[in-house]
Amino acid sequence: MEAGLGGPAARRSRFARIDSPFVGYIVRRIAWSALLLVIVSFLTFLIFYVLPASDPAILRAGRNASPDLIEEVRASLGLDQPFYEQFRIYAGNVVTDFDLGYSYYSEVPVREEIVSRLPASISVALGAFILWMAIALPVGILTALKPRSKTDRVVTGATLFFLSAPTYWLGLVALFLFARDIGRFPLIGGSGTYVPFSDDPKGWAESLFWPWIVLALAFAGLYARMIGENLREAMEQDYVRTAKAKGLGMRRIVLRHGLRAALTPVVTLAALDLGLLLGGTILVETVFNIPGVGRYAVESIQTGDLPAIQGVVLFGALFIVLAVLVADILYAVLDPRVRY
Amino acid sequence: MRAVNGISFSLDRGRTLGLVGESGSGKSVASLTMLGLTRSPNTDFAGEVLLDGVDVLNLPETALRDIRGRRVAMVFQDPLSSLHPMHRVGWQVVEAIQTHERVSMKAARARAVDLIRTVGIPSPESRVDAYPHELSGGMRQRVMIAMALALRPEILIADEPTSALDVTVQAQILQLLSRLQDETGMALILVSHDLGVIAEHTDEVAVMYAGRIVEHGPGDVVIGRPLHPYTCGLLGSIPHVDGPRTTRLTPIPGSPPSAVRLPEGCAFHPRCVLAQRSCELEVPTLELVEPGHRIACPVVAHDRSLALPALPAS
Repeated sequence: MEAGLGGPAARRSRFARIDSPFVGYIVRRIAWSALLLVIVSFLTFLIFYVLPASDPAILRAGRNASPDLIEEVRASLGLDQPFYEQFRIYAGNVVTDFDLGYSYYSEVPVREEIVSRLPASISVALGAFILWMAIALPVGILTALKPRSKTDRVVTGATLFFLSAPTYWLGLVALFLFARDIGRFPLIGGSGTYVPFSDDPKGWAESLFWPWIVLALAFAGLYARMIGENLREAMEQDYVRTAKAKGLGMRRIVLRHGLRAALTPVVTLAALDLGLLLGGTILVETVFNIPGVGRYAVESIQTGDLPAIQGVVLFGALFIVLAVLVADILYAVLDPRVRY
Repeated sequence: MRAVNGISFSLDRGRTLGLVGESGSGKSVASLTMLGLTRSPNTDFAGEVLLDGVDVLNLPETALRDIRGRRVAMVFQDPLSSLHPMHRVGWQVVEAIQTHERVSMKAARARAVDLIRTVGIPSPESRVDAYPHELSGGMRQRVMIAMALALRPEILIADEPTSALDVTVQAQILQLLSRLQDETGMALILVSHDLGVIAEHTDEVAVMYAGRIVEHGPGDVVIGRPLHPYTCGLLGSIPHVDGPRTTRLTPIPGSPPSAVRLPEGCAFHPRCVLAQRSCELEVPTLELVEPGHRIACPVVAHDRSLALPALPAS
């Protein structure tokens, strides 16, 4: 009986998950992602159309502009067109040329403005991500293997503290304590000292040190607890008992059996969080005055620069959509039981 | 709480011991303890598990690890949860080999393929790369057995190896175990609540109740002519296909006691039809009633004529 049932499984190749259903799934997901991006930009468009912060044409025309001039500016910006026509033109440009339009203020293409600010945002996000994982992984393992121990309690307490402490507050505390200009114990460059990595790697790392720590702390505790929780659960599974019965050492049991199962959901969540942060970290970039996409978003909102806001939102949404896609693929690769 | 109490048995090479009892009688705990695998770190145990005269339980961790899997191997009840869901089955067999022997990946893999073939899985070359969920229940258990046999253990402990499987597959797995035992000469401890399984496949049987062995003897004697009232009741409560249809099953009255609050004296006395005053006072010890046959029931031991009929009365 058994032998007969196994036929299809035997014929399935080693690379079963790269076969057509999986590819089909990814294609479907990408199509949905594109649709999602259209919806997101439409909603942003709509919000600013219904609730205009100020009339861009008046802002653009300058002081004491004549009504004729304002109308002229309005026409040149395409703002005299009906709403749907405006959106159609905008979306068309985005799709065909990835043209996000021109900033109302600097007259520089929004795409260039964002791309030039991306390295700073990516530096903040990636550095913080690596740091928080480097903290969370060992701490999580430690708490899982020694539940209710002192380490466990300290981690739980620290998690609650850093989770409830707002990032901007932590950031300001760090600056007041350690920044070279205003700090009590000047150790390190303060706010607004960011230099690109290509100019000065040491200065780059120094300027991002506190942003990384502040951002990482907010996540590290949470991830440590999640890893600890998952690992504790995994270590109670039957397959861990099997691993013990095979005569494996504790280190191997934890690393190859426990963590293998415990980390799968964590990896997918980490991909999502990283995607979220890559699109710009508004608070950290503002507090530390880092010229990234997050700070650009704040500036554009303050000046009512619609194309810039649109662009930032679209970029952020793009990163999130990509992150979800990556998370799903990672999950399928990591957990062989996932099927599409 | 004491899950297991006063258990003692010995087993020679090539022999099979059956450990029977209801769920909660302590048979699984007893078998896990033999490899120091009881789950909670707070478990205390007293006594010794001797492997060729060496006490396994008091060995340092590294020496115990050397025994686990290599000299004493285990097969668990539910192969789906006992195999790691995210590793290929071949990888898991290879890991067992490489834990104890310095062999190349290639050689270990070749051995894994051979083992998987030995346990009767068709097209082993491709099955080594399957994940557990891609195999049927019977095949998963065969993989577990292949993994356990990877290092030719002297003792194989099979804890309810067939309870999670279909009846047809159960028989195949048990035949496989018997065949492999004949081939390798290993000793087998078969833990089961299924008397049919035990009767057919074991040389020796130990019946457990509330953490103690209540009857112990040659398989055909314990199953064919049981003396302890609990064993008789157990046998009387299973249906016999060859018996007349009108036969009623006779269940044992009451339910097994909780290990936290065991009755005084003989733990079985509240449910025992032969119970006497004295049964409430003293915990009975195993007494030899005939060569190789012991029971923990002074009432029957002193007067064999009191023994209950094991088969349902026709």
